[in-house]
Amino acid sequence: MVGVSGLVDKVVDGYQRDKDMLIQILLELQRGFGWLPEEALNEVSRQLGVPLTRVYQIATFYKAFSLTPKGRHLIRVCVGTACQVRGAPLIRDRVQHLIGVEPGETTPDMRFTFETVNCLGCCAMGPVMTVDNDYHGHLSIPDVEKVIGVYK
Amino acid sequence: MKEELVTLKIDDKEVKAKKGMTILEAAKEAGIEIPTLCYHEKLAPYGACRICSVEVIRDGRTQIVASCGYPIKERLEVKTRSPGIDKIRKTIIELIAPSLSDEGLVGKVRELADEYGADTSRFISRFRATPTRCILCGQCVRYCSEVIGIHVIGFVGRGVERRVVFFPQRAQFCPTCQECFYLCPTGKIAAETAGDTFPGFSIDDYLSGKMLIK
Amino acid sequence: MPRINSPSELEKLREEIKGKRDPNKPCITLCSGTACQASDSESVSQAFERELKRQGLEGEIDLRRTGCHGFCERGPLVVIYPEEICYTKVKPEDALEIVQSVREKKVVDCLLYTDPVTGARIKREPEIPFYENQQRIVFGPNRWIDPKNIEDYLFLGGYRALSKALFEMSPEQVLEEIKKANLRGRGGGGFPAGRKWEETKKTSREPKYVIVNCDEGDPGAYMDRSLMEGNPHSVLEGLIIGAYAIGSHEGFVYVRQEYPLAVENLEIALKQAEEYGFLGENILGSEFSFRVKIHRGAGAFVSGESSALMNAIEGRLGEPRMKYIHTAVSGIKDRPSCLNNVETWATVPLIINKGAEWFNSIGTDKSKGTKIFSLVGKVNNTGLVEVPMGMTLRQIIYDIGGGIAKGKKFKGVQTGGPSGGIIPEQYLDTPVDFDELTKLGSIMGSGGMVVMDENTCMVDTARYFINFCCEESCGKCIPCREGLRLLREILNDICEGKGKENDIELIEDIAETMRDASLCALGTTAANPVLTTLKYFGDEYETHIKEKRCPAKFCKNLIDYWIDSEKCQACMICLRNCPTEAIQGGKNLLHWIVQEKCIKCGICYEVCPPRFGAVVKLSGEPVPPPPAPGTEVVRKEGG
Repeated sequence: MVGVSGLVDKVVDGYQRDKDMLIQILLELQRGFGWLPEEALNEVSRQLGVPLTRVYQIATFYKAFSLTPKGRHLIRVCVGTACQVRGAPLIRDRVQHLIGVEPGETTPDMRFTFETVNCLGCCAMGPVMTVDNDYHGHLSIPDVEKVIGVYK
Repeated sequence: MKEELVTLKIDDKEVKAKKGMTILEAAKEAGIEIPTLCYHEKLAPYGACRICSVEVIRDGRTQIVASCGYPIKERLEVKTRSPGIDKIRKTIIELIAPSLSDEGLVGKVRELADEYGADTSRFISRFRATPTRCILCGQCVRYCSEVIGIHVIGFVGRGVERRVVFFPQRAQFCPTCQECFYLCPTGKIAAETAGDTFPGFSIDDYLSGKMLIK
Repeated sequence: MPRINSPSELEKLREEIKGKRDPNKPCITLCSGTACQASDSESVSQAFERELKRQGLEGEIDLRRTGCHGFCERGPLVVIYPEEICYTKVKPEDALEIVQSVREKKVVDCLLYTDPVTGARIKREPEIPFYENQQRIVFGPNRWIDPKNIEDYLFLGGYRALSKALFEMSPEQVLEEIKKANLRGRGGGGFPAGRKWEETKKTSREPKYVIVNCDEGDPGAYMDRSLMEGNPHSVLEGLIIGAYAIGSHEGFVYVRQEYPLAVENLEIALKQAEEYGFLGENILGSEFSFRVKIHRGAGAFVSGESSALMNAIEGRLGEPRMKYIHTAVSGIKDRPSCLNNVETWATVPLIINKGAEWFNSIGTDKSKGTKIFSLVGKVNNTGLVEVPMGMTLRQIIYDIGGGIAKGKKFKGVQTGGPSGGIIPEQYLDTPVDFDELTKLGSIMGSGGMVVMDENTCMVDTARYFINFCCEESCGKCIPCREGLRLLREILNDICEGKGKENDIELIEDIAETMRDASLCALGTTAANPVLTTLKYFGDEYETHIKEKRCPAKFCKNLIDYWIDSEKCQACMICLRNCPTEAIQGGKNLLHWIVQEKCIKCGICYEVCPPRFGAVVKLSGEPVPPPPAPGTEVVRKEGG
């Protein structure tokens, strides 16, 4: 992959090559690449001087990191307690039924990555779903198809 | 400089030990064996197996703590066996038994199962994942990183999807000391390496999803 | 902006700021917290900007985007000053009318809050019952502050407490005041902050660290987020005062990455604080220096546990470690580290300004001060509320929360997040504080309060929390990892009608081992929701296991959807909306569901017009046979 080591160098430098900032560095790389390619993980280990095992340990522990490329649009259905109580499971099931993948997965055509999230903090609008940066609240099950249909 | 000594009671026996020691260490010195699965004297105490749990009483307060990590204190009373402690150890073995299947129920694990009367098939019907033969004690991982310092084997994932994997890209650095083979309480590493020098379960197996098939 | 180098310079600046602000000048404030933004308050804001420009009123009417006001159910919220007129559910289209009304000193009646019981329209924000019963000493200032502008904070008296601490008090005196105030941690543990500060201070190792825990992971709780987004300086000021008392010169703020606006506003606040001289070297010209770094979380609930958080700050995996030696003694890199919650730090400047005695006059015997709660779920007035410790659950849920939504019946209130429990109706008069809820088997926790009604299945609620903890468990220790795995399977089985006779015994045994032997509080408390639901709603478990029935009609495997032929008016709506074409019938012909094709999605139930209410959920009873195909509908009068 072109430029991976260059970008890693830039990010690691931005954090003064401070080993304590490993998680922050990975977060920025995740943002930059949209995921964490193997080469990026190797580069971080090499440039920052932290064991590769630790880089993988962290990259596979946290939900923010993806070791596979993500889809064009990110669907997040809130399954926090307040939304749960207002019917989130049926919303989640509806999305799953419509796009054919489970939470944590990306559709084969790379259109959607589907995730559940534990509280977006908009409990008053529950049940809530976000697609990319758009919030969709007060959802009812029939709405779901229309909502995601907009995102190509 | 004289080292400060602490006086405590372990199983009604008065014990004097150096300040800074853990209950496990003080007990061992006094000839009292507390069972462990994830502890190794060359490694920093980890606290994963909880088998070494003991009851401590001090200033009228009773607590259950992991003896491998709890620093000894003046006037501490420790019970290494009790109905409560025994039940904990029994249940812990019952909890890990389904992950081990018969091949893994060996050595110390088998001894503990017998000693504490664990019903190793108690939770089998509700365990719906593939047995890994790994209790995630981390001795292999920690030994390789803390003692050998080569970091060839590590933890990945989280929760029930946490696994121990070998990193083939680090293989060139492995001194093939095979310490991890001997440390493994269930014999998994030796069993799954079959003639090769390095453990047979790798990071690639994890990333491909092979390890997570339920 | 030249740095402020003395208390007198600070007060001089404050007077200047006050001098430039005319208290009678109209100001339109608009809530811009994440929740209102999700209701598109940004468009409302832009509409106001356009309207003010169009009418040439930019110089005469101020527009201020503030932090969360708390009444999230009614957002986007707009409050007009100086009259404090409160408009709810404001849309961009309303901007013109509102601006005109401000200009003409009138009121837009239709946008006022309407009391659901009396029907009266209430003009002023403090008179709205939701706010009237609160005591918003920590959270209240949110409504007057633009978090991106430090001068709003200064205008209200901000950083006076810091100035007082640095120049009129010794570090020991500051510590004494916090100890005297009996300030207990608001993150869930309720540990006396003063004692933690003292332990950190007394441990003779350098450097010492202070940490703000803004990882707020309890689902349904967003108090810390709203404080951090809306008034970051209040947290910062508290942190600097604490650092001074303890003798720390380096602080960390750990914010979960799911809170980008909080991070953004905090970064701006840090920058401005440094510019003005409240951070960095020689703060306000004193001898005290202090700097702050931000660490973002990466999506793990367990990393909010204090020892795990400190591991993450060291760049290592954010999983907990054995804490028999307090982190106040040995934390980040084995150094004394004092970690407190956002709300705890934000309370510190108040105590320094008004005194421990004042703080002790609020609350109960062992729980002083106020607490912010997120009141959510099946309640009418969803939002963030701040009340004195000791107010009862009933008062919070009914007087402030407005009771149960849609006229349903209260069933339980879940407090304390995944470490807490569900409290049933008979305990509604329990005062809420650190200790009273614990006696019932729950905890106050960080302040989450999820109200549940008759349609909430308690077994499913237990299953939900176990599933949450199972996903969030770090997996390090056996009791938690394996215990939660099995509990999840058992509860899934019960909810699917596959429960077994001795399941309750199994659950209790596993829960006991988790409670006694887990490494950290996630494991030791994860079974609380199950245990409290077993205690207070045990009959629901029995019904699920023995009768394979879900009384709340929620558990998919235990319910069937059925169309009542006597109510069906053959309107075709459900038929057309069914995703699996499981509904048979036609125009004027009775509809019926082919059970084998039904995936229990619930759409037919939602779309059947309420005046018919023909779609019914059955549980524990056989589904009546369908009508003969071609049966015509019997038209009801007015149908």
